Amino acid sequence: MIHNIKEQGGAVIVALEGDVDLQSSPDARKALLECVGRKMPVVVDLSGVGYIDSSGVASLVESLQSARKIGSKLVLAAVSEGALRVLQLARLDKVFTICNSVEAGLEKVK
Amino acid sequence: MADTQNQDMAKVIEVEDLVTHYGDRKILDGITMDVRDGEIMVIMGGSGSGKSTLLRYLMALETKTSGVMRILGQDIDDLSAREFFDLRKKMGVAFQGGALFSSLTVGDNVMLPLYEHTDLELSTMEIMARMKLQVVELGGFEDLMPSELSGGMIKRAAFARACVMDPKILFCDEPSAGLDPAVASALDDLILKLRDAMGMSIVVVTHELESAFKIADRITVLDRGKILMIGTVEEVRASKNERIYNLLNRVPEDDTMNPDEYLARLTGEEYKVGNQPL
Repeated sequence: MIHNIKEQGGAVIVALEGDVDLQSSPDARKALLECVGRKMPVVVDLSGVGYIDSSGVASLVESLQSARKIGSKLVLAAVSEGALRVLQLARLDKVFTICNSVEAGLEKVK
Repeated sequence: MADTQNQDMAKVIEVEDLVTHYGDRKILDGITMDVRDGEIMVIMGGSGSGKSTLLRYLMALETKTSGVMRILGQDIDDLSAREFFDLRKKMGVAFQGGALFSSLTVGDNVMLPLYEHTDLELSTMEIMARMKLQVVELGGFEDLMPSELSGGMIKRAAFARACVMDPKILFCDEPSAGLDPAVASALDDLILKLRDAMGMSIVVVTHELESAFKIADRITVLDRGKILMIGTVEEVRASKNERIYNLLNRVPEDDTMNPDEYLARLTGEEYKVGNQPL
């Protein structure tokens, strides 16, 4: 898994690419928490994620909670069908704000 | 999932001519079967048919006498200890009695495989455990001790632990045994949900017909260590095989006793089973 971070329109966009699993989720967690630490709204672009397991979802959950603690926002964008099923299984689709695209995500966190 | 649609699906478990013994006694005799990617395979049979034994071999917990076993494409005879350990991490097991550690909280029980097999941060492990407890509808129960749970809750907690590593293959030994019908039905729904949402292949041993017919994509019917048939629910229901009929209609074993076979068993000789139409 690789990640790319950029700032745009007053928000941080972190794009995860590849599989987020037990091996790669610690890196994803680190990147996500680093983005939250910038104290700007965060859009997590999941369009390049083929598979995300529970450890990857847990990293997203922890990042969302960290963002909320500092009064910031974190939204998910372009979630694949498989990833959405995993989120739904744990009823996390009710917890996260999920947007169809990065652009929609940026609009949401404005 | 119709059987014909699954013919070309990848196989997560392949067994060819598996033979096993306990001491001199042959337990499984010439088992050839497979489990396909994303299917629920139910292993059914009467008491002593060998179904729980077969499950232990499918989980590679026992050493076979002969035959070939491939799990996730790997011949288990060719694996190094390290490779075998890595393979095990892709398999989850929900044991018949739950097998929770009584001295650990429910949450710590669920987290145990993560402690043992990963280097994840504690915060990540805790969230994963709570998520899986939510999936089995035990959200908020993580601080309880197993002794504070009902039988059905213990089974569900065992499912949460079995799934916490997102295994490719989940094995369940008698998930409905000893539960009231409503709780048993809820567990069946959980098995279907796990397969559908997580794409797991699931192997379930059960003698509960209702449960088997509800969840199975295919059923392997075992009898005295041999496979009587492998088929879809419809195929098993339509079988003309006398022993399958007896199993489905709960005919007591005494009524189906074969005197020649019984005599052979008493005298320790091998009885040759004749071919029966399926």
